[in-house]
Amino acid sequence: MSAVEHRFGSYGGRYVPETLMPALAELEAAWLAARGDGAYHAELDALLRDYCGRPTPIYEAHRLSERVGRTVLLKREDLMHTGSHKLNNALGQTLLARRMGKRRIIAETGAGSHGVATATACALLGIECVVFMGTEDMRRQRQNVLRMRLLGAHVEPVDAGARTLKEATSEAIRDWVTNVETTYYVIGSVVGPAPYPAMVRDLQRRIGDEARAEVLERHGRLPGRVVACVGGGSNALGAFAAFLDDDGVELVGVEAGGDGLTTGRHGAPLTVGGPAGVLHGAMSAIMQTEDGQILEAHSISAGLDYPGAGPQHAHLRDTGRARYDAVTDEQALQAFRTLSELEGIIPALESAHAVAWVLAQSDGELDLVCLSGRGDKDLAEALDRLGIE
Amino acid sequence: MTGVEHIAAAFAGADKRAALMPYLMGGFPDPATSRAIGDACIDAGADLLELGIPFSDPLADGPVIAAAGTAALRAGTTTDDVLAVAEALAPRAPVVLMTYVNIVLARGVDRFVRQAADAGAAGLIVPDVPMEEAGPLLEACDAAGLALVPLVAPTTPDERLREIGARARGFLYTVSVTGITGERVGVDYATIVGRASAATEVPVALGFGISNAEQAARAADAGADGVIVGSRLVREAAESDDPAAAVGRVVGELADGLVG
Repeated sequence: MSAVEHRFGSYGGRYVPETLMPALAELEAAWLAARGDGAYHAELDALLRDYCGRPTPIYEAHRLSERVGRTVLLKREDLMHTGSHKLNNALGQTLLARRMGKRRIIAETGAGSHGVATATACALLGIECVVFMGTEDMRRQRQNVLRMRLLGAHVEPVDAGARTLKEATSEAIRDWVTNVETTYYVIGSVVGPAPYPAMVRDLQRRIGDEARAEVLERHGRLPGRVVACVGGGSNALGAFAAFLDDDGVELVGVEAGGDGLTTGRHGAPLTVGGPAGVLHGAMSAIMQTEDGQILEAHSISAGLDYPGAGPQHAHLRDTGRARYDAVTDEQALQAFRTLSELEGIIPALESAHAVAWVLAQSDGELDLVCLSGRGDKDLAEALDRLGIE
Repeated sequence: MTGVEHIAAAFAGADKRAALMPYLMGGFPDPATSRAIGDACIDAGADLLELGIPFSDPLADGPVIAAAGTAALRAGTTTDDVLAVAEALAPRAPVVLMTYVNIVLARGVDRFVRQAADAGAAGLIVPDVPMEEAGPLLEACDAAGLALVPLVAPTTPDERLREIGARARGFLYTVSVTGITGERVGVDYATIVGRASAATEVPVALGFGISNAEQAARAADAGADGVIVGSRLVREAAESDDPAAAVGRVVGELADGLVG
C-alpha cells in the first residue's frame, strides 16, 4: 500500500494553522486504514451501486458527434444520484467520518452540488451537517439551498469578499479550526492540505476507471482525448487518473474563461500561468496580485468560480501530461443550449465548459467528455442570460 | 543586536509579571494611523509589538482582525506600506511581523526576509507555515537574525510540542484556545502554558482570546512570559474616532493588570 502523496512536484503540502496539524495526521491515518479495508470498500461500493446508480453510462452523443465530425462520448455523471459526480467523494468521506467517530460534518459549496451531495450522505448516515455557502452563490443556486435544507442540513451564509466559493472555503476552514475535535471537514474538490487532494482524487477515480474499461470494450481502443472542466478539478482528476499511464491519451482540463482571459475576469489560473502560491492549505496555481493577495475569480458557473486549482493539476500542467485551456461564459452558455437541443441533455454550466471546448475543436477522432453534472440547478441563470422565457 | 537578541532583551527587561505584546493591523485604518497606534501602544507600556501585514484570506483570524485586514487592503495598503510602519516603530520596541505564507512567497522567501530585517523587524510569525513546511523560511530567517516564531495549540501533542519548542526563535507563540483569533471568556490557561514552558527554552507568550486586564493577569499567573492581545485592540481601533488614543487607553489597562 503506497503512502498518501503530500506533494505533486513542488505543489501541494500542508499550509494550515498548527491547530489543524494533528487532525490532518489523524485523517491521513484513518484514510490509509480505510483505503486498505475491504469492509469500507464493500459498503461504499454497495451504496454507490444501489443508492447512487453507479456505474454511470457512457453515451455516444450521435448528433453532437455529427456536428463536430468525430465521435464524442459522454461519461454521464449527471445521471448519478443528486445529479453530479460530487456524491462519489462526499459519500466516501462521510463513511470515513463515521469510522472516525465524528458527530458533525462541515462542507463548503459553490454551485451547491457538493453541498447537496454532503447533505445527502449525512441524511443517509444520520450525521449533523453544516454547509458554508457564499451569499452570491445562495442567490444563484437557490434551488440547491432549498434541497440542502430539505435534507436536514444547515446552510451557513458567508457574506465576505465576493461571497462565493473562495470565501465559503475559508469560513469552513475557520469552523474546522474551532471545532476540530468533534468535526470532520468534507472538502469537495482535489484542493486543500494533504491528504485531501490525493484522497478526493482516489474517491473520484472510479469515473475514469469505469470509463476506460467501457470505452475499451465498446470501441476496442482508448479515447484520443479525455476532456473535463476544472474548477478545483475533482471530476477532471477523477477522469484523468485512470489514463495517466496511457501516453497516447491526451488529457484536457477546461477552465472558466469568464469574460475572457485578457479581461482578468475569469477563473483560469492553470491556463494563464503566473507564479504559484498558497490558497486554502496547498501550493498550487492561483490567481494573485504581485503582493500575493488572492484575486476574486469570475465565472457564470458557480462551481468554476474559484481562483485556485488542485495541486496535482498544476503538476500535470508543468510536466506536460495534461493541458489546460479556457472557454468563456458565452461559449459555455452556447454549449449549454447546443447539448440540450442536440442530445436532450441539459448539462451543468460547469460541464458545459468541457462541451464548449469540444465544440470549438476541429481535430481529433474519439473524445471522451466527463459530463460532471446536470443543469437543472442552472436553469434560471442560464435561461435569463440566453434570453429564453 | 539581532532581532532574536532584541526580542530576548525585551522579555528580560519587561517591568511587569509578563511582557505585553499588543497586536495591530498594519495599514488599518490607514498606514499613518496604524503607526500612531503603534506609538500609543509603546507609550502605554507595550514591551513588544506584533504588526500584521494584511492578507486577503486570513485562515487563522476571526471576524474582527479579518475585517481590519480587508479594510486595510481596500484602502490600498501594500506590504511595503506595512514594512515602512515597522521601520518607524522598530527603534522604540521590537516589532514582530505577522502575515500569511502567500505574502512571503509572493516576493520570494529570501527577499521578504531580507526586507523585513532591513526594516528593523525583530521577528516573523506565519500561522499557516507549520514545522513541516518551515525549512527554507527558518533558514533564511536564521541567516538574517530574524526570529521565526512558531505557534503551538492546545491540540498539539506533547512530542510535537517539544519538536516545535526546540526550533522556536524569539518566543513560543502559544495559542490559548482551539480556534481562531477573537475575544473569549472562561479559558483555563494553566495547562497549555505549563505544557509549552516544559517544551522550550525560549519565553512562552500566550495569545488568542485574551482581551482584558483580568485575563492578562491570569495568563501571567499561569506562568506565561508574555501576553498577546489582538482582536480587542483592533476592535477598539475600528470603533473609535481617535484610534490611537483609544487603543493606548486599553493597552494601559492591560499593562496595569500585569504590574505587581
